[in-house]
Amino acid sequence: MPHFLPAQDVTTPGGLLLVLAVLVPFAGVLTGIVFGGRGPQRVAFATLAAGLAIGIAIADALVRSGDAVAYILGGWMPPLGVALRADGLSVVMLLAVAVVIGGIGVYARADFGMPPGVREARAPFVFWLLLLAVWGSLNLVFVSGDLFTLYVALELLTFAAVPLVSLDGRTETLRSALRYLLYALLGSVLYLLGAVLLYGAYGTLDIPLLAARVHPEPAAWAAVALMTSGLLAKTALFPLHLWLPPAHAGAPAAASAVLSGLVIKGSWFLVVRLWLDVFAGVVTLPSAQALAALGSAAILVGNVVALRQTRLKLLIAYSTVAQIGYLFLMFPLAAGLAAAGLDSATAVNGGMLQAISHATAKAAMFMAAGLVYTTLGHDRVADLRGVASALPMTVLAFALAGASLIGLPPSGGFLAKWLLLSAAITTAQWWWALVMLVGGLLTSAYVFIVVVSAMAPAHEGWTPKASVPRYQQAAVLALALCSFLLGAAVLCPVDVMQIGRTVSWDTVSP
Amino acid sequence: MNGTTLFGLCAAALVGIGLYGLIVNPQPLRKILGFNVIGSGVFLLFGVIARRGAAVGMGGDPVPQALLITGIVVAFSATALAVALLLRLFDEGGSVTLTTDAQQAKTKPDPPDA
Repeated sequence: MPHFLPAQDVTTPGGLLLVLAVLVPFAGVLTGIVFGGRGPQRVAFATLAAGLAIGIAIADALVRSGDAVAYILGGWMPPLGVALRADGLSVVMLLAVAVVIGGIGVYARADFGMPPGVREARAPFVFWLLLLAVWGSLNLVFVSGDLFTLYVALELLTFAAVPLVSLDGRTETLRSALRYLLYALLGSVLYLLGAVLLYGAYGTLDIPLLAARVHPEPAAWAAVALMTSGLLAKTALFPLHLWLPPAHAGAPAAASAVLSGLVIKGSWFLVVRLWLDVFAGVVTLPSAQALAALGSAAILVGNVVALRQTRLKLLIAYSTVAQIGYLFLMFPLAAGLAAAGLDSATAVNGGMLQAISHATAKAAMFMAAGLVYTTLGHDRVADLRGVASALPMTVLAFALAGASLIGLPPSGGFLAKWLLLSAAITTAQWWWALVMLVGGLLTSAYVFIVVVSAMAPAHEGWTPKASVPRYQQAAVLALALCSFLLGAAVLCPVDVMQIGRTVSWDTVSP
Repeated sequence: MNGTTLFGLCAAALVGIGLYGLIVNPQPLRKILGFNVIGSGVFLLFGVIARRGAAVGMGGDPVPQALLITGIVVAFSATALAVALLLRLFDEGGSVTLTTDAQQAKTKPDPPDA
């Protein structure tokens, strides 16, 4: 029903920036291929700077206008044409991804710089191109205004992420990459089937149009079930997480940081879009509870399995499995708040903050693990002695990132869990609060095990296997600090995340 | 039963067969084929939806046809990527199983200790 569309359906000032946010990284990929040799790395750094500037400009346009930024491609109105839209949720994700990709780019200069004397090596060449491709696809996921563009964006993201897993070309990583690809393909084909059903039932895939037309009936239920289960396979929510630990732990450190920090957030963001914006009137509180129950199982199983790991990278990968669980606790809380006639922003902001603080913290942790591996030549958790004296900044970064995962103040994880906990108390869903507290305790256990092991003094005469450039350590520390200080977001004068949320749970639910 | 319902049921059957194959078959190549069978089901369904406009005298709905072609291209590239990975895995490891030696006895592919 077009009555709440006009505000959305014109190209707003700054709308062209959305096109640039997607176009610039992909233009970087293409020019990188043309230049070859050291080209991709140089192009990547230029693109990183430009992309961050574009992200800030979009945020500026959003806050200035106080409404979503939109761009109508080719001037064709939806439902025939395609619109790009960025509301508050999209913009904070765009910015967070730009910052994390920047940190990973600086870190990866040492690992994936072209070695002197070599004109072109395969892994560095491919890494920079894929880094830009992941970034462009994620930006497309955040700004797409219709479900089919989102499908294409998700597939691009998968195609860019899968080769990152097997950059070193070992049998083991090829196998994890193939397993990841199969899970992801099943996920995307289920998503596409849901989208097709929606088009058949409602004749549009544009998000605001669809949100106005969709109503509780079997076609909509089937679509939401298919799309959600497909996206859960891609996000690796328990029990569809089996592909994640080998894939994330086997990749090179910089690639693990991209995969674990960012790539899974793409499909998760889409679940948020669907449940909050498209199917707000279709999904019920019990279905949201089921989603969060899977999340709770992920938190408990992921954390307990992480505690039992002997290798640092696998420990961090299982920690990702657990942290994904927290991302799904927001759904029943938002539904509960809306059902009680309250503003669901507390729960939604909590979930988004959890995603951002996990993105920064997990990227920092994987890169820290990479530096530990370079220094020691292994990553056995029980045998990390001497790391603290060789890499003081890195161990500090690991501890700060761990503090954010545990949820110690003033970290982003603290603010996120605080918002989710208060939403859980307000809506009298105490069991989610209990899960969060137990999860926090288990997380603190494995963070302390690693930090204590790393603090142990080195043996007499022990020397690091390889020295690590200072800027790599600084990049890791910077991302960890971002996560640790994200709690300061509470001081932000405007609630950026809720700008331009025309369709929300409370306006659509009967 | 009219043509639309028949095609719709065929699409549902294809999705079901493909899903069964993808989940049950342990060989990666068969899983890839299973994915393609599901894809065919989805595309057939989209084709049926595109024909729906014909009832009111239009030739058909062009939007699903455009989306359908994009979907086929995406599924084709996905298959190409999966087969390329599979061939590389065969070259490197000499076999194409998704389970490692330690897990051969198990039925469920648990993550290996990489």
